[in-house]
Amino acid sequence: MNILVCVKRVPDIGSRIDLTEDRQAIVTKNLGFCISPHEECAVEEAIQLVEKHGGQSTVLTLGPAEAIEQLRDSLARGIDRGILIETDQPEWDSIETAAALIDVIRAENEKEPFDLILFGNESADSTGCQVGIRVAHGLDLPCLASVKKLEIGDGDTTASREVDSGWEVFSLPMPALVTVKEGINLPRYPSLRGTMKAKKKPLDRLSANKIGAGLQMQQLVHPPEQKKEVNMLGEGPAAASRIIEVIKSLEVI
Amino acid sequence: MIFGLIEYEEKMVTEASLQMVTFGLNVAETSGDEFVALLIGARETATLTEMLGKYGVAKVIEAGHENLSDYAPVAWASIISQLMTENSPQIVMGPGTDLGNEVMAHLAAMTDLPMAANCSAVTPGDPFQITRLRWGSSLLEEAVQTGDCKLMTIAPFVVEAEEVSAPAEPAVQTFEPTLTEKDLLVRIIRREADETEGVTLKNANVVIGGGRGVGNPEAYSLLEELAGMLNGAVGCSRVATNNGWRPHSDQVGLTGTRISPTLYIACGISGAIQHLVGCKGADKIMVINKDPEAAFFGKADFGVLGDLHEVIPAVIEELKKQSA
Repeated sequence: MNILVCVKRVPDIGSRIDLTEDRQAIVTKNLGFCISPHEECAVEEAIQLVEKHGGQSTVLTLGPAEAIEQLRDSLARGIDRGILIETDQPEWDSIETAAALIDVIRAENEKEPFDLILFGNESADSTGCQVGIRVAHGLDLPCLASVKKLEIGDGDTTASREVDSGWEVFSLPMPALVTVKEGINLPRYPSLRGTMKAKKKPLDRLSANKIGAGLQMQQLVHPPEQKKEVNMLGEGPAAASRIIEVIKSLEVI
Repeated sequence: MIFGLIEYEEKMVTEASLQMVTFGLNVAETSGDEFVALLIGARETATLTEMLGKYGVAKVIEAGHENLSDYAPVAWASIISQLMTENSPQIVMGPGTDLGNEVMAHLAAMTDLPMAANCSAVTPGDPFQITRLRWGSSLLEEAVQTGDCKLMTIAPFVVEAEEVSAPAEPAVQTFEPTLTEKDLLVRIIRREADETEGVTLKNANVVIGGGRGVGNPEAYSLLEELAGMLNGAVGCSRVATNNGWRPHSDQVGLTGTRISPTLYIACGISGAIQHLVGCKGADKIMVINKDPEAAFFGKADFGVLGDLHEVIPAVIEELKKQSA
């Protein structure tokens, strides 16, 4: 199998988000970066599928030069090869991102076509929920979003997604594009040996033209804060009886 | 005209769709447009239409097809696109759910239009302004949306679904779409029922959450014991899932389950934004943490400064004593 995973570098936010003065971005000076959670699972899924069915995997991202870190991280976990579409402009909307990815994937497909393309359901930062689906249309591939179970058959794949009442099961002929959700697997951490091996794995750098956003961000704002006054019930085990008073007053027992 | 895509489960319009209806009717009133609900592939249309009427919908377009027996994302989007050609709506909106976001993204790709996912506010006009949720609602983006028709999904819970005081029976128009084999290529081939019974994270009245502070998988038995006594469920933070301490199905947060219990007791959880997004539906939040600087205290109704490994056993003992 030849598998492609598309990922995005995002800041690893903690308990608060600070905005830059022009309100165009998050202050990332003191933050680490990671791959969006759903995409981390897409990377793991690609590695597991290659372990099980053989073949090779490629990771692709569009982002700043620093996004090499996230590609290296994926390579250290077990992906075979990385491609960075390097850009110095921070905000690419979904249409622009999809267009750039489609061009690169088309060129790759001419060399050796992908059997399966994996995305995360949505990125952690922009939550647009559409790049994968737009890429599927651009490449004329069958596509399913929000997948939490994936099984490869003979020329097709069975993909399931979770709903309140249970599971919805779909069948897609391959090649196909699937966007996955966290919970489909438990991503491994890169091993030391994997990290060493990753340094020798091929990494290509490409560039792309920004075609113009259809959704033009004006500014980022904080939602109105709902201040809460915490009622401290006490310290340590001595607080037990007051905890129970609260539980009883809420009539949950 | 404003189209609103309706998501339904058998005979019920989903809560997120009803919220979108209330949201859409408000937008329609501001812009002087007509709001039209789209019911695609539904069998129990009478019940669904009646329910939509209660929430103020005056017109419904029903679209079915002999080959559309269950949900098929591309077919749904293709039907909306055919309706767009016929009616030229200004806005097409769907609920900001897996299904809504998926159908609208397909529609956006087919029509080559921008799509704004998870909107919380819409100001029609020129420029057409929207506000949408990012980082799972921790941050808002104000943007200008281009394109002849504005495609969007409405984030759940930005408005409450409101029944109208004088509901009328909606006018129903049927539409017969053309569907190709390709439109129906990806569709549900079967449904599997969830076998978990009893109290789950989603329906529990009390949730006891454990994070990094729990320290190891075995220590969750404490939380389980307390949850058992309160007829509640155990949840966890992403750290616990990533460490392999708890299954992902227990995870409360942005990429896990969104909970809405009467009481959420968070033990040894620092309160990262991704976790807060998952538990903000709780009526009351109690935080037990030994770190007085834990950000979660600032978002809680009740706080206990202390080590969960000491506090929880004391609560369990006290409960046993009281019930003896």
